[in-house]
Amino acid sequence: MLTKIVRTVANQLILFILIFGLYVIAHGHLTPGGGFQGGAIVVSGIVMLLVAFNSKELKKSIRERVLSVMESTGALVFAALAFAGLGTVFFYNFLVGSPIFGDIPPTGPNPGNLWTGGYIPIMNYAVGLKVIAGLSAVVLALALFASGEEMEE
Amino acid sequence: MRESTGLGALIVLVGLLVVGMVAFIHPFGYPSPTAMDDYIIDNAQRETGSNSVVASVVFDYRGLDTLGEATILFTAVTGVLLLLRTTKRKKDSP
Repeated sequence: MLTKIVRTVANQLILFILIFGLYVIAHGHLTPGGGFQGGAIVVSGIVMLLVAFNSKELKKSIRERVLSVMESTGALVFAALAFAGLGTVFFYNFLVGSPIFGDIPPTGPNPGNLWTGGYIPIMNYAVGLKVIAGLSAVVLALALFASGEEMEE
Repeated sequence: MRESTGLGALIVLVGLLVVGMVAFIHPFGYPSPTAMDDYIIDNAQRETGSNSVVASVVFDYRGLDTLGEATILFTAVTGVLLLLRTTKRKKDSP
């Protein structure tokens, strides 16, 4: 565990890092970024917590079962959306024009509308969930292995 | 002495190879077949409704590759957790 200054700053900063990561995930179909990148940002915040506090403290708030369920949910939603458009072709964007994320933007530069993109935003959420859960599980497992602790089931 | 001569020859050879490759490299920014690029740039917003053409390529036109990427991530996480997880083991279990 590092000094009180580092811990306090990390405590204040984690909120902004989480918000920025979730913003990058949610705007993946409008701006550069997406599920993978936003998930990596969120996990970098978790790594900051891991450095500021030790892995024993972080183990109390993150459970492996929750991470496992999150990762599996992301993968299942991603694959299910891929298979849902199989009537036309694999990975067919069947949600364009539908009431869910179905608006079609004008071709060319435009301000951007969050309610566009068909299944791309949902896939971004799924991939982001998957990356957050997977990478934080890896980081936590490595930290716990290095410190000789045991992972909470 | 002979080892260092061989190493020098290898370095010179690799250097010549790199210089040759840079000399005959394809000019940057001028792709030779542009049909697919033009199609995606013209139609991505209308077909996928996504402003970010990169996102539409990653998740729609080339979704199968993204599925492979996700599978790689899943496999990596599974491997790390399988190898490095240290859980408490009961005394009587083998």
